[in-house]
Amino acid sequence: MIYLHYFAGLKEAAGKAEEELSWEVGTAADILQWAKTSYPEFDFSAVQIAVNEEYVLEDEPVQPGDHVAFIPPVSGG
Amino acid sequence: MGAELKPFHVTEEPINGALYMDYVTHPEAGAVTLFAGTVREWTNGKRTMYLKYEAYVPMAEKKLAQIGDEITEKWPGSRVAIVHRIGELAISDIAVIIAVSSPHRRAAYEANEYAIEQIKKVVPIWKKEIWEDGEEWIGDQAYKPEGGKA
Repeated sequence: MIYLHYFAGLKEAAGKAEEELSWEVGTAADILQWAKTSYPEFDFSAVQIAVNEEYVLEDEPVQPGDHVAFIPPVSGG
Repeated sequence: MGAELKPFHVTEEPINGALYMDYVTHPEAGAVTLFAGTVREWTNGKRTMYLKYEAYVPMAEKKLAQIGDEITEKWPGSRVAIVHRIGELAISDIAVIIAVSSPHRRAAYEANEYAIEQIKKVVPIWKKEIWEDGEEWIGDQAYKPEGGKA
């Protein structure tokens, strides 16, 4: 199981802030692909991925128990 | 004097900038810069009624602390505190406070500006503008709700 976190426009598109996904092995890119398929109405082109609260590249391995967050372009300040 | 203050904090409560100024002030500092980001009513001709901020709180606080570490490395002798508010904010409310003290003023100004620029790039916080006739997540313009506005 991995834990997915959604924010801002993606949270609205998904209709939820978090969900669990059954998971054995793969990379951040695989999860991104899963999310694109699951939420096709959301434009993921500028989304960054964080695993366990750190930005990662798409080839980062993701293991069961990890928290994966989709980070749309930020706009704090 | 701010004994319990978290120097890198994301909060739903209104922000008191003076507490952060006190927190970074110390005898070796000769300058303190206090930046307040406030809610603007008009943006590109559109009138904002209020803003809604959302954050990935644990990661945002970690990133704020990282910015603090970068500042003390780049501008030795500086002390930093940053707080960002989330939730619904009214016009002129304080969204962010960045307090930096340094031995001399140039570093305090530069480091403070560095902090806000980094916040706008890497800290997972999002702002939604709510207008009279609609709303939009800023920085996320690619997303169009079904049949949405251009």
